[in-house]
Amino acid sequence: MIDRYVRRRAVDTAFRAACALATILALIPLGLVLYYVTVRGIGGINLAFFTELPKPVGEEGGGMANAIVGTLKLVALACVIGIPPGVLAGVYLAEFGHNRFGQVVRFSADVMAGIPSITVGIFVYTLVVMHTKEFSAIAGGIALAVLMLPTVTRTTEELLRLVPAALHEAALGLGVPKWRATLRVVLRTAAPGIATGVMLAVARVAGETAPLLFTAFNNRFWAEGLDEPTASLPVQIYTYAVSPYEDWHRQAWAAALVLVVLVLLLNVTARFVVRHRVRLR
Amino acid sequence: MAQDVNIPLARPRPRWLARFGREVNLGDWVFRTIAAAFAAVVVATVVAMAIEMTDASMPSIREFGLAFVTSTVWDPVRDVFGALPFIYGTIVSSLLALLISVPISFGVAIFLSELAPPWLRGPVGFLVELLAAVPSVVYGLWGIFALAPVLRDVVEPALASAFGFLPFFQGPHQGFGLLAGGIILAIMITPTISSVAREVLLAVPPTLREGALALGATRWEAVRTAVLPYARSGLIGGVILGLGRALGETMAITMVIGNRAEISLSLFAPSYTMASVIANEFTEATGDLYLAALAEIGLLLFVVTLLLNIVARALVWRVSRGIAK
Repeated sequence: MIDRYVRRRAVDTAFRAACALATILALIPLGLVLYYVTVRGIGGINLAFFTELPKPVGEEGGGMANAIVGTLKLVALACVIGIPPGVLAGVYLAEFGHNRFGQVVRFSADVMAGIPSITVGIFVYTLVVMHTKEFSAIAGGIALAVLMLPTVTRTTEELLRLVPAALHEAALGLGVPKWRATLRVVLRTAAPGIATGVMLAVARVAGETAPLLFTAFNNRFWAEGLDEPTASLPVQIYTYAVSPYEDWHRQAWAAALVLVVLVLLLNVTARFVVRHRVRLR
Repeated sequence: MAQDVNIPLARPRPRWLARFGREVNLGDWVFRTIAAAFAAVVVATVVAMAIEMTDASMPSIREFGLAFVTSTVWDPVRDVFGALPFIYGTIVSSLLALLISVPISFGVAIFLSELAPPWLRGPVGFLVELLAAVPSVVYGLWGIFALAPVLRDVVEPALASAFGFLPFFQGPHQGFGLLAGGIILAIMITPTISSVAREVLLAVPPTLREGALALGATRWEAVRTAVLPYARSGLIGGVILGLGRALGETMAITMVIGNRAEISLSLFAPSYTMASVIANEFTEATGDLYLAALAEIGLLLFVVTLLLNIVARALVWRVSRGIAK
């Protein structure tokens, strides 16, 4: 009897240890990646990195100013194109989506979230680039917007559902039409949460490379307008990483550091906002 | 007194509006229509994707038919395209990733939902999410300069000397290959699988768990006999979602898998995936058939991930619908 008890205890302890070990194992790569990016990247960070254009092959130095501006441009475009439809689709799902059409939209958004980003690149290539005959920031922005759309939609829906029904009903009870109650009361209450979701979506697309390869493409110089090939940090990291030049590797690490810091900042900020809200409740 | 109630508080709705449903107010109707239009954009995007991709790959589908997925010849110069090496590389690297990631992810999910003290759950959960936040290209960069050399100099020799009699662990040690690809993918899908699994486990009614514990079960016995059977289909759904991500993952694996269109049993050998060949060759593709062939690979990926997602969602919903939302 005691024997069996000891054995059960031993199995249980082994199980707990295995789970804890798995968690540690899963987090090791995160630590390693952050360590490498910091240690290797910090050396490449200097003023020139943020202010200069890439130098021609073989010349040392230069920077990634165009890629940094390019990434900001692409992400801004993606936000302009992707957020309004996403939020409105989310509003529809939360307020009117209890029907068959709502189910179809929800399903499409979920499925869309799982579509590989590279196929989104092909899609936007055939849709935009083939017709304009040019790689452009617009095409890149559209590709990133397509990637953001499902996340923004579902986040908006979920957060609108969290708004207490009493608020909505109080507004309706005062004689406010439903659309104004939704926009001015429900949406406003959920706004910080939606902003958080959008921030996470932005963090995700800011690091996307695959869909940009054949939409925004790359550019070694400043892109003047939105209809020109545009450099971005992720594509530049890729190009430099697979090149044979030592100096380009150094710059790739530096760019990775900038990108990771940007993405982590967005994530941590989003997390802080959420926790702050939860505490208030 | 009854007729007093009939005093109209809101402006009565014009008769012609009545057929638009229950709305009382023109603004409501406009608002609802606009929102519905944008909701339709979501559906339209998915449909447009399916149509555009099919359209773009039509020349290749007509030219090669089924041979496209069974032929190993990929020769842009002679305009002959067979995608089998890419399909093989994609499947093997993804399965390898699942093999590594599933036990770890389930461990993480069980730790976070059943075992960890409450104060630890939030921060650790956040760190696991951060794993998903690191951009793919950064994993690739790390894979090239940190992971691949370690695999070449340490891991692959060790595996070869321990299991060298198996065909999977033979051949030269290069660092770049299926093994590197599988490991990178495993790292990247772990957050996906573990977060779905964690959600599913949290959706298991606490009474089941508590019942088992009250009967004297240890934690392990409670998890094994009460929690896991209830959560099983949801857990499988999580694994399938992870598989979908692994199949479509592009940058990181392109940077470490070696990009050679060969089919080899050895995990040390370089290989190529469907997503990688698109990433590498799409902008250089000259000729309509070449472009169509690459688009068809994209279409295959699209269809497969679409189906996997549908199955996975259905499985996860089955569990999470069990509790009242």
